[in-house]
Amino acid sequence: MTRPVVITGLGLVSCAGEGVEAHLAAYHSGEAPRTDAGTFAPYPVHPVAALVLDGQIPKKSDQRQMEPWQRLGVYAAGLALDAAGAKGDAALKAAMHLVVAAGGGERDYAVDGQILTGLRGAADPGAYLNERLQNDLRPTLFLAQLSNLLAGNIAIVHGVTGASRTFMGEESSGVDALRIAQSRIAAGQLDIALVGGSYNAERPDALLIHEMGGYLAKPGYRPVFARADAPGFVLGSGAAFLVLESEAHATARGVRTLARVAAVASDRTTRAPGSVAASLSDLWGRAGLSAPDAVISGATGCAGITDEERDALASLAPNAPVRALGDVTGHTLEAAAPFGAAIATALVAGAEAREVAVTVIGHRRGEGVLRITTAGEGA
Amino acid sequence: MSRDRDAMGRPLVAVTGIGVVTSLGQGVADNWAALTAGRSGIHAITRFPTEGLRTRIAGTVDFIGADPMVAPLLSERFAEAAADEAVGQAGLSGDFPGALFMAVPPVEIEWPQRQALAEAAGIEGPVTYADLLRAAGSRRFDDWHDLFIFGTVADRIAERFGTKGSPISLSTACSSGATAIQLGVEAIRRGEVEAALCIGTDGSVNPESLIRFSLLSALSTQNDPPEGASKPFAKNRDGFVMGEGAAALVLEDAARARARGARILGYLLGCGEKGDGFHRTRSSPDGAPIIAAIQAALDDAGLSPDRIDTVNAHGTGTPENDKMEAMGCLAVLGERMRHVPISSNKSMIGHTLTAAGAIEAAFSLLTIAHGRVPPTLNYAVPDPAIPLDVVTTARDVPVTTVLSNSFGFGGQNTCLVFGAEPA
Repeated sequence: MTRPVVITGLGLVSCAGEGVEAHLAAYHSGEAPRTDAGTFAPYPVHPVAALVLDGQIPKKSDQRQMEPWQRLGVYAAGLALDAAGAKGDAALKAAMHLVVAAGGGERDYAVDGQILTGLRGAADPGAYLNERLQNDLRPTLFLAQLSNLLAGNIAIVHGVTGASRTFMGEESSGVDALRIAQSRIAAGQLDIALVGGSYNAERPDALLIHEMGGYLAKPGYRPVFARADAPGFVLGSGAAFLVLESEAHATARGVRTLARVAAVASDRTTRAPGSVAASLSDLWGRAGLSAPDAVISGATGCAGITDEERDALASLAPNAPVRALGDVTGHTLEAAAPFGAAIATALVAGAEAREVAVTVIGHRRGEGVLRITTAGEGA
Repeated sequence: MSRDRDAMGRPLVAVTGIGVVTSLGQGVADNWAALTAGRSGIHAITRFPTEGLRTRIAGTVDFIGADPMVAPLLSERFAEAAADEAVGQAGLSGDFPGALFMAVPPVEIEWPQRQALAEAAGIEGPVTYADLLRAAGSRRFDDWHDLFIFGTVADRIAERFGTKGSPISLSTACSSGATAIQLGVEAIRRGEVEAALCIGTDGSVNPESLIRFSLLSALSTQNDPPEGASKPFAKNRDGFVMGEGAAALVLEDAARARARGARILGYLLGCGEKGDGFHRTRSSPDGAPIIAAIQAALDDAGLSPDRIDTVNAHGTGTPENDKMEAMGCLAVLGERMRHVPISSNKSMIGHTLTAAGAIEAAFSLLTIAHGRVPPTLNYAVPDPAIPLDVVTTARDVPVTTVLSNSFGFGGQNTCLVFGAEPA
């Protein structure tokens, strides 16, 4: 069995703002995304727009139990449920599955700093570490760090309790969350799923991971395809969620279908010069792309692979405008593919395009290509 | 209906390879011998100083090491050992002919690395993350990037075994191992792949992980004797004991397995899951999500509840889990459940967290293969609230089907049904 899979709701928050219109405006604008080059200088980040959390997370107790990456995700998930006409349907949400792409949560930076300071002169460092961690860690912080607890919080706050799975693994996890949700629905294993990812860039531990390896662009933002002098990514805070369902399910619910997920193709190739271009071309074909009206690229800005992608796209889609997500939302790692799919959906739903290609090339590994088309178009 | 399709016309999923590493040893044979002999792998922690900790015991795997000794690398080593055994048993050489689904523990920089960065920053005053970032900017620590990002463990296993496509790294907390298997089953049923390498691995017994669970009052504090601490279903149970290890299963489309003459070790008949939005760490008091997950697994397997011969319990030994699990099993299997042998491997290997669902799947298949239900240690004081037939010494009974339960923080409930033969 293979059934058409459509998108019926989008929820987006990032430096571009909140909601579909804000992201379309940012997509069309040639201006630089909102950037904070000061707080974590010399590392710029794209801070998320201010949110009125109560709008999607009504209980303060829930807000308090979460760290920012979870709040962003729960918030965007709520927007997607609203848009899909699902928020008020408890039975639908109780049957709805979740596939989340995420890393892990924030640390208590003050505690970490105090412990590192104390460890320097500790007579018995092991005992000191044990004592400080036992006394200083907030017990519930663990629940704000566990990767699957974004999904857990979406279940608690929004009542989406079919079952959840959390995929980890940086950029490729977002592609595979969409791929596997789409495949399950297409095969009749599932009728409806909420799929998305969330990333908080405004945290020093995240910057630390990516400064190790030299993947952060600095000292300021420059367009993704114009970073030859200072390659790397500028991390962005944000979350993107999509409601995917079988076309028949959407029709039966009487909701508007925004676009169709015509294909999600992904692979992992051993990285070597030329491997990204080759993988991209292969996936392009597997996704059934020939002449998309637009390309949304998740290119990171990292050396080598960004040029390879740009050159490959120039030959694969010579007539389509290529817009880098990094110039709209910043690099959101696990959430990059959901953002790309969501903006592509918005372009299709607004009749600005009939077919949009989304590319997501991981900074270390994993390549993905999505084809988003007008609902009702052939596979 | 072909012999290689189930009652719903889907490809049957056969298990053709099993590999296991736990604190009881490396390999299926050693683990099964220890498990059925009722030997415990729980011991005092020697990997790091435990001075001042409320819990000082765990089922660590001490015979496989890593350098540096950090959770992701240790988890990779366990996974590699388990996958080697499973792939070898399946008789597969060369690149693995299918996808990789891998349950891996959450990853972050650990204390020795933070300390090294702080030291490299070379400052006198209070240490902040700005100092760590400056040290990272020296480029001396670039190798740690790959070590501490989430996708690396599965990426390296994919490279090592030549699996096809994009490897999946996943978490559903303490049901992760079962979810890895479920993803493999679904992919085979969709006809997307003919084989799947499904792994759960966890090597994250380190000071902060232990203390995090301790602060949630989830761990047993009965340190002495260590082997007496994990007491699933007993009235005096007081929490789980952390464990480590990995298991790998080779799943194959049964038609393909038969065609290549592979020995079929059992079938994965059904998978069930249900979310719970009640609380971040506690189950819905009515047990409805657990009941729904067990029922879904039976429905997916096409089996009625009376066909389950034994239950491989999640059985963590926390007051809450064991009570809710018993309630769920009784609700679905009915009065008969009082006489269905149930056992928790965690009494001997501890709670292997991310790996638990996969390790216990492996032991469920061995239970079928040997017709022997391994015991639950430390069940000295039965809990009147749990009227179940908890197996206390290895019991020989014909077993054709096993229900294996996995439940986790964040409302994760995943149940698997294994069979000797197609349903």
